[in-house]
Amino acid sequence: MNKTNLMALGLLSLSATLTSSAVFAGGNDDPLLTKVMLDQFEKGVDPQDPTQFSAQAWLGYDLNKLWLKTEGEYSNSDKQDLEIQALYSKPIAPYWDVQFGIKTDIKPTPTRNWAVIGVQGLAPYFFDIDAALFIGDQGRTAMRVSAEYELLITQKLILTPEVEVNLFGKDDAELGIGSGLSDVSAGLRLRYEIVREFAPYIGVDWRQKLGNTADYARSEGEDTQETQFVIGFSAWF
Amino acid sequence: MKSQYMIKPMIETTNSELNNSRRRFVFGASAMLALMSIPFPKNAFANALSQSLSQLSGKVFDLSIDYKMVNFTGKSARATVVNQLLPAPLLRWKEGETVTLRVKNNLDHDSSIHWHGIILPTEMDGVPGFSFDGIKPGETFEYQFTVQQSGTYWYHSHSGYQEQTGLFGAIVIDPATPDPVIYDRDYVIMLSDWSDETPENIYAKLKKQADYYNYRERTVMDFFSDVDKNGLANTWNARSMWNNARMSDSDISDVTGSTYTYLMNGNPPQQGWQGLFKQDEKVRLRFINSSAMTIFDVRIPGLKMSVVASDGQNIQPVSVDEFRIGVAETYDVVIEPEVDNAYCIFAQSIDRTGFTVGNLTSDASLHAPIPPMDPRPVLGHSDMGMDMSDMDMSGMDHSKMDMGGGDMSGMDHSKMAMGGGDMSSMDHGKMAMGGGDMPGMDHSKMAMGAAKATVSGLGLAGFGSNNEIKHIDTEFGPQVDMRADAPKSGLHDPGIGLRDHQQQFNRKVLTYGDIKGLHPTYDTRQPSREIQLHLTGNMNRYMWSVNGVKFMDAAPLEFEYGERLRITLVNDTMMTHPMHLHGMWSELETGDADFIPRKHTVLVQPGSKISYLVTADAKGQWAYHCHLLFHMPGMFRKVVVK
Ligand SMILES: [Cu+2]
Repeated sequence: MNKTNLMALGLLSLSATLTSSAVFAGGNDDPLLTKVMLDQFEKGVDPQDPTQFSAQAWLGYDLNKLWLKTEGEYSNSDKQDLEIQALYSKPIAPYWDVQFGIKTDIKPTPTRNWAVIGVQGLAPYFFDIDAALFIGDQGRTAMRVSAEYELLITQKLILTPEVEVNLFGKDDAELGIGSGLSDVSAGLRLRYEIVREFAPYIGVDWRQKLGNTADYARSEGEDTQETQFVIGFSAWF
Repeated sequence: MKSQYMIKPMIETTNSELNNSRRRFVFGASAMLALMSIPFPKNAFANALSQSLSQLSGKVFDLSIDYKMVNFTGKSARATVVNQLLPAPLLRWKEGETVTLRVKNNLDHDSSIHWHGIILPTEMDGVPGFSFDGIKPGETFEYQFTVQQSGTYWYHSHSGYQEQTGLFGAIVIDPATPDPVIYDRDYVIMLSDWSDETPENIYAKLKKQADYYNYRERTVMDFFSDVDKNGLANTWNARSMWNNARMSDSDISDVTGSTYTYLMNGNPPQQGWQGLFKQDEKVRLRFINSSAMTIFDVRIPGLKMSVVASDGQNIQPVSVDEFRIGVAETYDVVIEPEVDNAYCIFAQSIDRTGFTVGNLTSDASLHAPIPPMDPRPVLGHSDMGMDMSDMDMSGMDHSKMDMGGGDMSGMDHSKMAMGGGDMSSMDHGKMAMGGGDMPGMDHSKMAMGAAKATVSGLGLAGFGSNNEIKHIDTEFGPQVDMRADAPKSGLHDPGIGLRDHQQQFNRKVLTYGDIKGLHPTYDTRQPSREIQLHLTGNMNRYMWSVNGVKFMDAAPLEFEYGERLRITLVNDTMMTHPMHLHGMWSELETGDADFIPRKHTVLVQPGSKISYLVTADAKGQWAYHCHLLFHMPGMFRKVVVK
């Protein structure tokens, strides 16, 4: 991990858990709380594979929350990814929140900034969905949809398939991103919850670059498809 | 069962005709002995001394609230205690006397004591913010009121989460007139739940991950074993509704045995509480559920229990093998154990994630075996309060689902009764009750015809509501995840996890429909209006409310002084909520208008409705809330009687 990544993680843990003060029995029903989730922190099994993480945190009340989301990847000083989102989140339905705010892609450079509007929630059949539309400067647009499912093998051994799709409105040659469907990734992770808050896992990750993005990659002499086996852990508090 | 030691309802016997010769007052020397700690070293049942409740009696009581380190799990943790005791001392009062209770708060937080189920002036009720400021650190508050009732009650803090950390104690009030219940020996059995985690932590965890304490979610393994038993199509159909609704059929308790240690009179199960009896004695057990979050199912294998009082009020005795006791409820039972035998008082949590036990024995060296817990309950579709006639249209094979393989224990059998003519599935125990009671029938429907002739279109007093179920606008939004459109009657439902106990174990389980007051109905007026309240929540977000509105945002409920009204509670959630009204009785409409029983706390089953009458005879501001501690902050209303 390099400094930028550590900084992003530090950002997430800034807030402290606050508890309610007693009013009537049971006190305040809606105390100010925080939740910090390190959803993935993993290293590819092959020494060439990158270290990756994705994390989110919220601070707020039942119906009004500030969300931070970050994810990043580090292979070597030339190849890094890091993005941070700060979002305001408000429920629109029992299982759905609408979120809007900003996103900054710190790495790779040049940095790109986006306005974000998205929905996050639980779809029927318990699919966790996070879908967002990004609007950047110079008419850039992008979209990301990810879905995740938790399959309980036992109460503590949990298999999590997930998929993510990225789309871009126009080419960004500097960053090697092409318009249209740019990449699809799928992962499968098997975690063991030692306690609810901490679970080591093993998994496999598959990523495919598509369309113009794939062409950019080929011209740089990079692979358009990657498969890696990972070990890592997830944690929250 | 004809009871030898019960007298008939008061209507048949005037006070002076009570059979005094058969009656023995327990509170002589033998009873004091019984209440003292009984050492029983070297027994397989317990390694340590079992702790009985310490008793204070008289008219003036000095109570001091302190923190104290306790150890129930092998780890020490901080409790909130009264006079250094957990449970707090048992207070023994006498009906008709004026009691003075000086409560000193030695905490560094506000505290309070609420006298649960006691009819008293509003400023003595002990709810901070309601005609009372709470007791500030270092201060002493003097409660004083005249005791107008008798029976088994309890007291607890109404500040913060102090109740969860140990601030609760029993109250036994001896009647001014001869006690209609005959007994030789008398024990209070206080059930509670203890966690080493702080309540603030538990609450925060539930808000962050509502199923944090549920280690009984459906797994892939369960799916395959169900497919094996019931076939793929049935399994898929049974699951798809839950999956579609994003709800869990294993969502029975928010907080479970994964953090709780269940206590009986302050003893963890490894230690056990022990009570002694002698030959030919009739033993009265006063069960009090002083848990923060745990509903218990209680039985004493090998003994019939005659339930003689509910929430402190005498009822017509009902002989049962098992009963469910909601948080804050009390039940008095009388048992007649044989000589030279030991019996296990077994209280398992509603979700079967834990239990607590006592040993009731004629000889301290005899120890009853502890039975295994019953199968864990699984919620059925009807627990969502959906219209079952629609369900039957959907082409599912219900007959197979309901009665098929051995894993169907959690299925809702009441559903079958609703289906119409199928009598085979009915609870035969109910039939034995006789007296014009139609077993398994929906009484609210029965009353419907008759009601047309009565006041303002309301159902007859004693039979419950006929009004249609209305979900008002505030029930729609992110704060509410479910609405029961066709809630079933909660009256004859023993409850989730108990519904098949008659058929499966031949155990008669108490239902609210079995309860009839010993005294004739106190206020025979018909209700002049009805208030329909919906118990609502979003389990996923861990939000609780009434009519979709949490306490902080809600206007008070207003009762007219002297009016007789009906409250109908509709449970739009998948959990069982014990609803507690302060200051006035909740007169549960169990189907007999002449003997309406009085309660202070009423369990409302998932996806069901239940009604009670209230006489607004106490001016002031009163609390009305779910007694599950972590539901209470939102699922709460202020009641103003003026
Ligand atoms: Cu509740």
